[in-house]
Amino acid sequence: MTDLPEPFGAVVIGASAGGIQALRVLLEGLPATFEPPIVVVQHIPPDRPSALAELFGYRCVLPVVEADDKQPLRPGTVFFAPPDYHLLVEDRQTLALSIDEPVKFSRPSIDVLFESAAAAFGTQLLAILLTGASSDGSEGLVSVRRAGGKAWVQCPSEAAVPTMPESALALAGADAVLRLRDMCDRLQGSFQ
Amino acid sequence: MTDEATPLFDIELRLLLDAVYLRYHYDFRGYAFSSLRRRVRHAMTRFGCERVSDLQHRIIHEPEFFAEAIQYFTVQVSEMFRDPGYFRTLREEVVPVLTTYPSVKVWVAGCSSGEEVWSLAILLAEEGLLERSMIYATDINPDALAKAQRGTYRVDRVAQFSRNYLAAGGRRSLSDYYTSAYGNAMFDRRLTQQVVFADHSLATDSVFSEVHFVSCRNVLIYFNRALQDRAVGLFCDSLVRKGFLGLGSKESLQFGAHAEKFEAFAPEQRIYQRKVPG
Repeated sequence: MTDLPEPFGAVVIGASAGGIQALRVLLEGLPATFEPPIVVVQHIPPDRPSALAELFGYRCVLPVVEADDKQPLRPGTVFFAPPDYHLLVEDRQTLALSIDEPVKFSRPSIDVLFESAAAAFGTQLLAILLTGASSDGSEGLVSVRRAGGKAWVQCPSEAAVPTMPESALALAGADAVLRLRDMCDRLQGSFQ
Repeated sequence: MTDEATPLFDIELRLLLDAVYLRYHYDFRGYAFSSLRRRVRHAMTRFGCERVSDLQHRIIHEPEFFAEAIQYFTVQVSEMFRDPGYFRTLREEVVPVLTTYPSVKVWVAGCSSGEEVWSLAILLAEEGLLERSMIYATDINPDALAKAQRGTYRVDRVAQFSRNYLAAGGRRSLSDYYTSAYGNAMFDRRLTQQVVFADHSLATDSVFSEVHFVSCRNVLIYFNRALQDRAVGLFCDSLVRKGFLGLGSKESLQFGAHAEKFEAFAPEQRIYQRKVPG
């Protein structure tokens, strides 16, 4: 399949408004055999603990954790950004956090995750941008594509809030514009 | 427009860090690359440099330019009483132990623009400990240290500071500690009479005093593993037996070289206690 990276090093996912429901479809569909690490920024409020790792931990076959600083990037594991920190891919083995200024009013920011992952994984990266009301992720997707990685954007007509996918498609374009179910099928298909 | 997602960018960035070290003895070579890339790219945009090597050229040849550019190498983002639970735990569980010492030395390592220093000074004052405390507030960034010393923050940030302060168990109103003027909140200078602001690098300098408590929050996240180990080693050598180390809410000794020298004191707040060597 041409719109999956080869070899497949990592997946980064960005989501904002409506993202929890979308992530449920995507992450709950992944099989235990899925190998690349999955790093997710879902926009969340800065001032209270995030329940994302717990929520998805119950529902996913894959292990789900909230990322810690310098945590090893284990294969087949879902890492969520903690509240009020940017989550970055430091290198192919390691995650890192930062409290640099919010980007487009968001910390964690999707742009920050995507740009760092593009630098670390280059052509081996798949970046997926889902529903949201912001333009976060657009510039990150430009970096991903310029570094030779693949970009999937959720079909705006399916997105709960189409602003984020639309903004990304206008600025960065995409290797594929897909419905969640199709994303899921393709990801599953690659690790059967 | 330059592209940070290329091997060439990283090569040039490493050369820049070498150059900065050779020229000015500021050592950023052990900093985490992922956030450094982004900040250096900001500097390039700000100064109109197309390549990292263009930035490097100016940095090497113009010391006054470096003084400006260094702001982009270090992070100056914090807020007073950030993570209120941390300060609440300090107040309720750490301060009672510190109070048993005749005098208390505190090291705020990587204090940046000082929000945490002022927070600790307020907390210690409210617990009756400030007068017999000495706080060392250190950073490598001279501008940040000057800001820290001034204790003047934009008034639009103060609402968040106040919310944090109350959530941290503050005994009064934060407004008791500052006066507003010209869009700024100026904190009461008397709070920092016991504070020494000093230049100190966790990357190149050594231990300078014995202390009872080190607070170093959201600094280690910008370091790679080796530099983290160096910094935590300094904290360990500097702490008295059973002295306390407070880290940021997502930082951990778990992956580091000195993990076994500390025990968790308040694990959920990332407060550790130095073990008695034995």
